[in-house]
Amino acid sequence: MSVLLAATAALLFAMGTWLLLQRQLSRIIIGVGLVGHGANLLLITSGRRGVAPLIGTADESAFADPLPQALVLTGIVITFGVTTFLLALAYRSWLLTKGDEVEDDIEDRIIGRQGALDEEVQDHDVADVPGGDTEPEPAAEAAP
Amino acid sequence: MTRLLPLPVVLPLLGAGISVVVGRSRTAQRVVAISVLSAVTVLSLVLLVHVDREGPLAVQVGGWPAPIGITLVADRLAAIMLAVASLMLLAVLVYAIGQPGAERNHVGFQSVYLVLAAGVAMSFLTGDLFNLYVAFEMMLMASYVLITLGGRRDQVRAGMTYVVISLIASVLFLSAIAFAYSATGTVNLADLAVKLQDVPDGVRSGLAALLLVVFGIKAALFPLFFWLPDSYPTAPSPVTAIFAGLLTKVGIYAIIRTQTLLFPGDTPKALLLAIAGATMLVGVLGAIAQGDVKRILSFHIVSQIGYMVMGLGIFTAAGIAGAVIYVIHHIVVKTTLFLTGGLIEHVGGSGRLTRLGGMVRTNPALAVLFILPALSLAGIPPLSGFVAKFALVDAGVADDQYVVVAVSLLVSLMTLFSMLKIWTGVFWTRADEEPDEPGHPVGVLGGPVLMVVPTAVLVTLSLAIAVAAAPLYSLSLRAADDLLDPARYVAVVLG
Repeated sequence: MSVLLAATAALLFAMGTWLLLQRQLSRIIIGVGLVGHGANLLLITSGRRGVAPLIGTADESAFADPLPQALVLTGIVITFGVTTFLLALAYRSWLLTKGDEVEDDIEDRIIGRQGALDEEVQDHDVADVPGGDTEPEPAAEAAP
Repeated sequence: MTRLLPLPVVLPLLGAGISVVVGRSRTAQRVVAISVLSAVTVLSLVLLVHVDREGPLAVQVGGWPAPIGITLVADRLAAIMLAVASLMLLAVLVYAIGQPGAERNHVGFQSVYLVLAAGVAMSFLTGDLFNLYVAFEMMLMASYVLITLGGRRDQVRAGMTYVVISLIASVLFLSAIAFAYSATGTVNLADLAVKLQDVPDGVRSGLAALLLVVFGIKAALFPLFFWLPDSYPTAPSPVTAIFAGLLTKVGIYAIIRTQTLLFPGDTPKALLLAIAGATMLVGVLGAIAQGDVKRILSFHIVSQIGYMVMGLGIFTAAGIAGAVIYVIHHIVVKTTLFLTGGLIEHVGGSGRLTRLGGMVRTNPALAVLFILPALSLAGIPPLSGFVAKFALVDAGVADDQYVVVAVSLLVSLMTLFSMLKIWTGVFWTRADEEPDEPGHPVGVLGGPVLMVVPTAVLVTLSLAIAVAAAPLYSLSLRAADDLLDPARYVAVVLG
């Protein structure tokens, strides 16, 4: 039984990780949900199994460990709350960009391009091409 | 005294509730937030003095005995962190009120900010691994809202990365709690410290590594730092300042706490020192490449985290004391620098170095407010950064860790270089391009009073750290002694 639960948790983690590596926000959110469920399952399996822990209904040594169940309940509520927030954010992002893709960081692209520009300049020096080439100003392109 | 221990968590939460109720009046919200945070600051200073004199305090919330109930513990490290954090929260709140933007435009700012304060306080005070998770979530949930409060396109983009990466860290944290619970049957830190002794070495090292990854993401350690310089700069200045000062430091606190209390000596020293060196170096190199004030400062957060891990990696009393005093210095100086960065943007109308210039003539007061913490960050004597770095380097040399000491000194030089890059770009040279928006007129003080005064107070505080270096260092040393003797912590909690 607990092997089955462990395998399910592993499967959820695997699928969630794959989805998290995608570029579409909707897939990432589903991925977060799956990975979160995987962790919750893992937390449940960490306790002792047994009958429902209600005092007076059975022998106390046969009780399931109630603590992980209490913990996982908190975990579920938190994951639920954050996922809701994430959905709202994704909707906002869709309203603003009309797209579902995770965008690149513009500043980061500018910095990245600076290296390429340096190389270009060096190439020009070697070839000694006189004037006329329009070097794109990196900072000017930064303006959105 | 123990009755006061839950108050730094309870008061801000209560304040957040009241703040929602009086949401119609911004003035009432401000009064609530400022009085709550002032009370917490006073309380945490009293707590620090008490804990330093009388030893650690523990309280079992709800009266359930230790391994089952919720435990709050204040030892020296927790009390120091709480006191410094409360001071920052108060100063930044005043700054936020003074700044046109974030706080004025949104009815929810004050309440969310107070929830953040409660989450930070609880992370420091909790004596329970699962409660640490809850505290992290409380703090992070508030930070998600604060970072995206403006709803601008770049904020949503950066906020998305931030939320997803934090969520992954939380899921890993939850898994680590599950593993720890199935190995020991407890989540109480003190109880774990005892029971983990009987757990096989491999399992313990695995848990140590997993928790290091979890907190490493939160603290922005190499190679898990990439989300930080991307997401922090998009938020409004006061929000970035408080994130820079506190959130990553909560991660560092959790690393120090778990590595000293639960896994003393389980994580290889060489690994921690290698992470420390790489974090310093990559962070500072990233900073040098940037051309925007806030982004340079954000990369420096990463770089500075390396120093704290270096102190922990050395793992002697002097090393950990160095890490503790470095955290104190860093929280103050980094918050100040971001506040100054916000002032520069406010006055100059842009954060890009090419679009700013000549401020040393137009705004000399601001130049002073920038250069003091900037030089302190680089570790120029006699400022606070020098004291903290000296403590670390001294501990490193005493422990024969010459490589990491050399790296830390090299990184200091590069820090100085990139600080001077801001200095020349913003204060000395002429602006090459027009700013994004018209700046605001410079007053006598160099900006709006409510923005300048908290910044100036924090600059003074960072100078005071340098002046009071000896008592602060001996306090850090006492805190380090506490940390290296987990039995004392266990005795206080389990009775």
